Amino acid sequence: MEKVTNDTIKHVAKLAKLEFSDEELTKFTPQMGKILEMAEELQAVNTDGVEETVQVVDRDTVFRDDVPEKWQTRDEMMKNVPDKSNGFVKVPVIIDKDDDQ
Amino acid sequence: MNYLNETIDSLNDKLKKGELDAKQLAKDTAENIKKTDEKINAFITVDEDAKVAEDLNFDNKLAGVPIAIKDNIITEGLKTTAASHILYNFEPVYESTVVAKLKAAQATIIGKTNMDEFAMGSSTETSYFGDTKNPWNLNKVPGGSSGGSAAAVASGEVVAALGSDTGGSIRQPASFNGIFGIKPTYGRVSRWGLIAFASSLDQIGVMSKRVKDSAEVLNVIAGADDRDATVSEKEVPDYTAFLGKDVKGLRVAVPKEYMSDAVEAGVKKAVQAKIDLLKENGAIINEVSLPHTKYVVPTYYIIASSEASANLERYDGIRYGFRAEDAKNLEEVFVKSRSEGFGDEVKRRIMLGSFALSAGAYDKFFLQAAKVRTLICQDFAKVFEDNDVIVGPVSTETAFDLNSEISDPIKMYNNDILTISANMAGIPAASVPAGLSETTGMPVGFQIMGNRFDEGHVFQVADFIERSNKFYEQKPAGLED
Repeated sequence: MEKVTNDTIKHVAKLAKLEFSDEELTKFTPQMGKILEMAEELQAVNTDGVEETVQVVDRDTVFRDDVPEKWQTRDEMMKNVPDKSNGFVKVPVIIDKDDDQ
Repeated sequence: MNYLNETIDSLNDKLKKGELDAKQLAKDTAENIKKTDEKINAFITVDEDAKVAEDLNFDNKLAGVPIAIKDNIITEGLKTTAASHILYNFEPVYESTVVAKLKAAQATIIGKTNMDEFAMGSSTETSYFGDTKNPWNLNKVPGGSSGGSAAAVASGEVVAALGSDTGGSIRQPASFNGIFGIKPTYGRVSRWGLIAFASSLDQIGVMSKRVKDSAEVLNVIAGADDRDATVSEKEVPDYTAFLGKDVKGLRVAVPKEYMSDAVEAGVKKAVQAKIDLLKENGAIINEVSLPHTKYVVPTYYIIASSEASANLERYDGIRYGFRAEDAKNLEEVFVKSRSEGFGDEVKRRIMLGSFALSAGAYDKFFLQAAKVRTLICQDFAKVFEDNDVIVGPVSTETAFDLNSEISDPIKMYNNDILTISANMAGIPAASVPAGLSETTGMPVGFQIMGNRFDEGHVFQVADFIERSNKFYEQKPAGLED
């Protein structure tokens, strides 16, 4: 397996919408390297012709009647929003403030 | 009110006779929790104004009985954090199915217990709200991730608590705290309102000092749910009907991989004594092999982390929970809220999962792990062809020291080697106290696994062992003044 580098971690962090400081990377990169080394052990298992298992449910596609029910009110849905105004969710500008001259 | 000498039946009796008043009981329970928690920190939230059901009907065994809920299970109007900074102030506006069922059975929801952040951990040390101490020795971890529920029960703060188990998170803390804990079959209990970690493995279960109390609670929370299509429509039996039986002729498998030299001597001895006990009482003991046991840890960490990386995408800082303050644009809201809101262990799992699912790595890691999972399931199916239960230790060791493993993820992950497989195969599994380890003096858990939807045999064996050693009579040493 290729060595896990800071660049690998930065690439995956971007996919996961996370960021790590250089200081964090000095700890995190070797830890991830060791975890992936452990994951690499699975390559030793012969899985030719083996189907994958992604769930262990005893039911197939489940249907139920589509009956409308009273669920959450607008106030309830807005209750946990960290920043709001006049019943709307507030978010920062989509494009960078610096580009918005 | 302390519950060390109580059971759901004894409480039901006292409430019925008027020796206890349900409202006063809720108050006294909250008060005792606050006092005990100065030592063990088992709760994140105690509901001092816990609502007691009106018109209590004591035919409901749980009527007026205070129950604790792990803090990754949604409780309407009661703060639910999953022990994460990213949900530090989250107040649910709907009810989880299990709590709705407990309330319908007139139980009192007394509070929310501490856990590893998003149930990711084996020691309750990754909680944003501080670690929980083991009531048997305050310098030891309570295990995890349901460490708060386990310590709350072991210390007598409550008679029973709900936990969740994705790779051992009910059984290992039950083992470390000398109590009973059961992870039911995947699909036995609704996951609606359980904050998702790994959806193909997560299952809600029960923890209590006494086996019967978990049977009583499982009777209430099990069963089909329109809101969770993975729940089976199979009828729910009365689990208390499996208690009080002998084990004559019961076919008991002991996997040689579970009794290897990797298991600490005190644990092995206590577990072997219970296997001998079953044999002396007429059970048929068969040594078997689960040959893929050595691969379960990497298989689990790839699958669980992959599912977690998808499940935790929803935490974006927009609609609920923590939002970073200094974000200049929308992308920064996502990245900064997540980076500041998630703890290190959660980030490791998201990163591992994102990697395992990424282009170029998917076939080699995720798909391979999903295929090895099939082989692990086949190992179990083969053993259950000729056996009723599989038994062994829950953990290779007893509760370890606080701060001793938290900086070494691989060591921490290997804690789960004997519990993970039950989640992979979706089978029921429980931990019942075997006794105290001769080497460490800490509780040892005896694991019992059954075939899918055969919680009955698991309860039968657990109850038999409980009656033989009456471990519940022992009081946790760490709380003595």
